[in-house]
Amino acid sequence: MSAKTPVNVIPPPKELEREPLVANNRSLGWISDQVCKIIEDKTPGWWWPTFIISVALAGVMGGCIVYLITTGVGVWGLNQPVAWAWDITNFVFWIGIGHAGTLISAILFLLRQKWRTSINRAAEAMTIFAVICAGIFPVIHTGRVWYAAWWLPPIPNMYDIWPQFRSPLLWDVFAVSTYFTVSALFWYTGLVPDLATLRDRAKSKVRKFCYGLFALGWTGSNRHWSNYEKAYMILAGISTPLVLSVHSIVSFDFAVSQLPGWHTTIFPPYFVAGAIFSGFGMVLTLMIPLRSLCNLEDLITVRHVELMCKVITATGTMVGYAYGMEFFIAWYGGNPYEMYAFQNRAFGPYWWSYWAMITCNVISPQLFWSKTIRTNMVAVFFISIVVNIGMWFERFVIIVTSLHRDYLPSSWGYFSPTWVDIWTFVGSFGLFMTLFLLFVKYLPVIAISEVKGVTPQADPHHPAGGAKPGDHH
Amino acid sequence: MSATPKKKAAKQKTASKKVASKKAVQKKKAAPKQELEVVEPDAGTDVHGIMAVYTTPADAMHAAEKVRDAGYKRWDVHTPFPVHGMDDAMGMKNSKVGWFSFTGGVLGYTLGMIMIYWMNAVDYKIVIGGKPMFSPFFAFPVSYECTILLTAFFTLGGMAFLNRLPKLHSPLLKNRTFCAGATHDKFIVVIETSDPRYSSVETRDLLSGTECSHIEYIEE
Repeated sequence: MSAKTPVNVIPPPKELEREPLVANNRSLGWISDQVCKIIEDKTPGWWWPTFIISVALAGVMGGCIVYLITTGVGVWGLNQPVAWAWDITNFVFWIGIGHAGTLISAILFLLRQKWRTSINRAAEAMTIFAVICAGIFPVIHTGRVWYAAWWLPPIPNMYDIWPQFRSPLLWDVFAVSTYFTVSALFWYTGLVPDLATLRDRAKSKVRKFCYGLFALGWTGSNRHWSNYEKAYMILAGISTPLVLSVHSIVSFDFAVSQLPGWHTTIFPPYFVAGAIFSGFGMVLTLMIPLRSLCNLEDLITVRHVELMCKVITATGTMVGYAYGMEFFIAWYGGNPYEMYAFQNRAFGPYWWSYWAMITCNVISPQLFWSKTIRTNMVAVFFISIVVNIGMWFERFVIIVTSLHRDYLPSSWGYFSPTWVDIWTFVGSFGLFMTLFLLFVKYLPVIAISEVKGVTPQADPHHPAGGAKPGDHH
Repeated sequence: MSATPKKKAAKQKTASKKVASKKAVQKKKAAPKQELEVVEPDAGTDVHGIMAVYTTPADAMHAAEKVRDAGYKRWDVHTPFPVHGMDDAMGMKNSKVGWFSFTGGVLGYTLGMIMIYWMNAVDYKIVIGGKPMFSPFFAFPVSYECTILLTAFFTLGGMAFLNRLPKLHSPLLKNRTFCAGATHDKFIVVIETSDPRYSSVETRDLLSGTECSHIEYIEE
């Protein structure tokens, strides 16, 4: 530090120049103004109609759950041999969506991918809301929900028996609840400096009090930042194995059982890749309307969208590889039941769901090889929805097609959903959107302090950050 | 890329904006150094500290180096985002948060293992498939999640403890200039009057000798 080396910033050659993360040379102040404006300005016209529809859908879900609990799980279409159907499909679907948030906030942080800063806040919020939606399904599928407290956390029941820890279902309880807690803590930690920004800008007393309370008295002190950054890095460091463990453990729910179609070792990596794939799909589905509705095109640039599309293509291809490998191992393993399960998947009574999955998950992300498609927001939005339809079908295929054929042909069955199945699932989107819209209205959708930190003005060794020729560091 | 006429128009617009902002930067450079604005404390009020406001991170960092070299102890730099290199400029040591995390991790793993051992092998023995009552392998996934859970809580608890947060009342937060800048787009050096080296003349001269645009006294 004491060595006097003059600052000599050589601009990179033209072909190596990267598009800036914040477009149009926006100033530091502009970033906080633009993000806080969404909260401080009058509620935009699109917000109330979408919010009312979302709340109504969430209400439908609530009604379906009340009907289910008061009547019994028989109101759903599942029965032997298909004892798990839409409930667990929806659970795995939502928990998978949650994975992109932690991937963006933790893994991309450790990999120093600076573009994450524009999208991590909303992606983390999405994670938390998706995990809330996911958590509902395993609880209500137990039937007698009032006993769930004894089945899930380690509380002894009336005979003083503890849960048994050899079951992957119990591992799942710990994995998902830890995931929710740590994601929420990580999200809140990131929010503290931005809540302080909102507190300092607040005009009304109520707003100043509320944001001030949750900002914990943050003053942007460098002594605080030093501990904060260390804590943030450690949280990112532990969230990375966490996110990988959560979906691995979700896949153990299936892989540890003896059922042909479930009992495969490829499940953990395959589930994790699929989770990231669907999560990025949902991030794009939410971000593309958000950036144009809230005028955030300079912060969530086309480059951000393109990078996310590339992640989707990569993970979609991994998922496609896993589909192929499952078939190969079914043949190579020489187990007739295993082989039957896979042939039945593709050509049995549920062939339509299998080919819907292949089309949506393997073929559609390949369109992102084209830059024209990656930079066309309408096309990206559409494909991101297709990706999530595909990922829902993937879980449906894994769960229902593996279960509907038993070893005894007399036990074979066919699952069809009832209206309660359908509306509980549709309603879960209402709950998800309700929470997300409240987030957009009351909290900064972009990590203001983090985006400021990746601009050239934030770098004290860059001319834009005030560095002068002859400076030393 | 097949750009529609609308998009082309938008492109041209952004291009013209870029030119405009470049011009603005050139103008700023050409202008002479801004005049230093000083806000004196009201008579009879207790002064908490003196603050100097900077518009770029580099200026604040140079000022921090000067304050560090002058031997001050009770002072700080407030920035809207972490400025890299500022820890060295302030002469700070590596953060101790990691020790809290490590403690949390060890505790989480140990407690997880003990919990499972006690529940399934001591308090109420359950035989599953004739396997041993306890084995660290089946207990690993849950203990692993407990490790991560307690590490997260200890990390944040440790950070809050080291930073003495939450601290909802601070003389800094009552100051308008401070609030308008520190979490927005300014870089602020604050030296407290409780610092043993603080002197109303020397400290002020030290700060006014740096590239700051504004100096103000903060009331207690």
